[in-house]
Amino acid sequence: MEDYVIEMLHITKEFPGIIANDDITLQLKRGEIHALLGENGAGKSTLMSVLFGLYTPEKGVIKKDGKEVKINNPNDATDLGIGMVHQHFMLVDIFSVLDNIILGSEPSKFGVLTKKEAREKVLALSDKYNLKVDPDALIEDITVGMQQRVEILKMLYRDNDILIFDEPTAVLTPQEIDELMKIMKELAAEGKSILFITHKLNEIMQVADRCSILRKGKYIGTVEVANTSKEELSSMMVGRKVNFAVEKEEANPGDEVLKVENVCVKSKLHSKDAVHDVSFDVRAGEIVCIAGIDGNGQTEFVGALTGLDDISDGKITLCGQDITKKSIRYKNTHGMSHVPEDRHKHGLVLDYTLEENMILQRYFEPAFQRHGMLRKGEMRKYSDKLSEAFDVRSGQGAKTKARSMSGGNQQKAIVAREMDRNHELLVAVQPTRGLDVGAIEYIHKEIVKERDNGKAILLVSLELDEVMNLSDRILVMYEGEIVGEVDPKKTTLQELGLYMSGAKRDTGKEA
Amino acid sequence: MEKTSFLKRPGVQTLLASILCAVLGILIGYVILLCMNADHAGEGMKAILTNFFKFRMASHTTLMKYMGSFIVKSVPLILCAEAILFAYKAGLFNIGVAGQYTVGIIACIYTSLALKWSWILCILAAIVAGAVWGLLAGLFKALFNVNEVIAGIMLNWIGLYICNIIIGLPSCMNVSKSETYDIKDKNPSGLLPGFMKEFFGGNDYMTIAIPITIIVAIIILIVLNKTTFGYELKATGHNRDAAKYAGMNAKRNIILTLVISGAISGMAAGLYYLTGVERYVISSSVPGMGFSGIAVAFLGGLHPIGAIISGLFVEYISLGGQYLNTNYYNPQVADLMVSIIIYLCGFVLFFKTILNKPGKVKVKASTEPDDTAKKAEEKEV
Repeated sequence: MEDYVIEMLHITKEFPGIIANDDITLQLKRGEIHALLGENGAGKSTLMSVLFGLYTPEKGVIKKDGKEVKINNPNDATDLGIGMVHQHFMLVDIFSVLDNIILGSEPSKFGVLTKKEAREKVLALSDKYNLKVDPDALIEDITVGMQQRVEILKMLYRDNDILIFDEPTAVLTPQEIDELMKIMKELAAEGKSILFITHKLNEIMQVADRCSILRKGKYIGTVEVANTSKEELSSMMVGRKVNFAVEKEEANPGDEVLKVENVCVKSKLHSKDAVHDVSFDVRAGEIVCIAGIDGNGQTEFVGALTGLDDISDGKITLCGQDITKKSIRYKNTHGMSHVPEDRHKHGLVLDYTLEENMILQRYFEPAFQRHGMLRKGEMRKYSDKLSEAFDVRSGQGAKTKARSMSGGNQQKAIVAREMDRNHELLVAVQPTRGLDVGAIEYIHKEIVKERDNGKAILLVSLELDEVMNLSDRILVMYEGEIVGEVDPKKTTLQELGLYMSGAKRDTGKEA
Repeated sequence: MEKTSFLKRPGVQTLLASILCAVLGILIGYVILLCMNADHAGEGMKAILTNFFKFRMASHTTLMKYMGSFIVKSVPLILCAEAILFAYKAGLFNIGVAGQYTVGIIACIYTSLALKWSWILCILAAIVAGAVWGLLAGLFKALFNVNEVIAGIMLNWIGLYICNIIIGLPSCMNVSKSETYDIKDKNPSGLLPGFMKEFFGGNDYMTIAIPITIIVAIIILIVLNKTTFGYELKATGHNRDAAKYAGMNAKRNIILTLVISGAISGMAAGLYYLTGVERYVISSSVPGMGFSGIAVAFLGGLHPIGAIISGLFVEYISLGGQYLNTNYYNPQVADLMVSIIIYLCGFVLFFKTILNKPGKVKVKASTEPDDTAKKAEEKEV
């Protein structure tokens, strides 16, 4: 008889119109690292929400140490020793590390906080598991990697012995990822049981003991990681063979399309520049990628380039034309397409229909309006044409509300719109964020096709695999500056990581 | 293709929610009547609901005459609601409609009584005055990022005091009655031309204000749904960042929206006071029309035609209060009831959300509300 600490047996959870979890069984052994693998929408989050007491399943039982338990809310889960590091950290920015750790289970005497014991406990834990943190630093001042350690300490402080990590590596550098893997192994060695949610196969191969795979709400199977391969895992996850490498020919750069000279952008948070003295160019027929850890000025730079934010100094030239001070409309109609970082904030009007979103930057063109009246028939035709060409799927076709479409299809719709517009330069920021393997493969293919059609492409991405696979040149951004330019064929992930963490920079690079 | 059941259609849900509010408002009103004087509550409720229809006993002409007055009085309410919903569609909460309405009153009464202009110029003056008041709020919002609600409220009071000063002039104010002179006596050319007077039992206040209101509602409907301008406004209203990303001129749209909204409010004042049905009385509070308009707009599902219907309903209930027997009820009860109904109108969106909950039919009694809210969230993502 195996020693299972948590068993989720035959869990079924339905939402109107969709079965998010269909008879799923997940058994977590004591002291193991168990990976939960699946595409977006496969039901991983739902399953974890069930375990965490956020949802009540229609069918199925949850057992802890062989005894059936009812988990009705997150407090029940905490009482059972279940803790979770969320993908987006749940920390109070202006509180100290210590305050964040004790938040929710503050030690007090007569209503007065008694932090001294708490501090000792935290320090002891951080020593024991090699989780280095400064208990008095404010969350907003520490790195993302350190914030994650705070989250982990939070679980340990509560004496949780079942730890759920929800895509913990998405925001980390390669070095930080290695460190996290080490910590996870140590925790498991100490007898903690870890559920590790991810869709990154490398990490599973590296740390996990076993891996359960979900696909479209169904349980596909559980495998011993030692006896499997990346290829097997991915075909279990997607249901078909996936091509990891992006197939592309050698780049054939033509004329300079975008030229960026000494661009500076003021930070909204502090007095330093968010983007400082950035210069580079992008030529027709090549994919240039800006790599870097989130929050190193990429968003601000793209804002300045596309016109969403103000530029404080420098010059931007598009196809030989100075566009530094031009309006967004001007840039849109003079050769710039932009797949924005945040598709819900900028890319779509969620309460508009698909057809209305498809003409977001073009509604004023004669093709779509006459005397100020929208030409609905033309909108419909255009939307249907794009949806067909880019395989955008939606419940009610052109008149589906963007809000009710899946993330992948929303993104495809944006990509379709931006690629179809008349443009010379495509600025694509995190074009595959949150998408599953199939959709990523598709969007990558389209981007390469764009390049081969002689368009210039500026890619901004946090996904190192994407950076390495897709780009022809890589620029690394660190603290608002371009600290290095590397050739993806000649560099390694480790070298890139050093640039990204500021440990290395090209000194000879002209300003 | 996913089939949407009839009850799940947004339009139907809005309608259901609005009707629910109205019915609930009437029920609570009844409860209040019960509390105050149980014996006569039924009779009181009947009086409110029967309203001017009690004159059907008297004669057809009388009935029609009263119905005419009812419609005339609904006009400003409906137009204020149109002004509010128009701005609301663009993401602006124009609480300044009250002030824009007030300056509309100044403009039309002053030009009519003091300057003796003809009606068409007086109406234009009211529209321009409202538009200017809207423009001020718009400029503050667009240039200095002052919240339109704050600017609107301030401008409401400024408008009121200017109004009291100007309308208080002897050329407008009949000091002996402490209300403005009748336009009919001072400047007959300032009255709006009549409309279907005979049909409504020779009601003198029936004017072209009524068809104009309907036309304005239809124009707003078309502008919002069929034009590129409406497309821009709604995009800005739904998602300002996306509108900016699309290259729309947010500042221009904010200003333009508030100017148009203000113009409609000013027109509301003009189309009401220039019928001669009402005389302005110096007041220490901003006319409630603009505020009631908010409730009417929401009760009407933020739809230009819906606002006409809900405007008529709210006016009907207000009017109904006057038919309460004052022997049993304090006359203020009517106002109280109307306030409650208007208050409940604000809940239209709330009821709509309840109706909208996914899987509402399936939700078991044991399910926590928290849980269903989560589901709704997930549905949206």
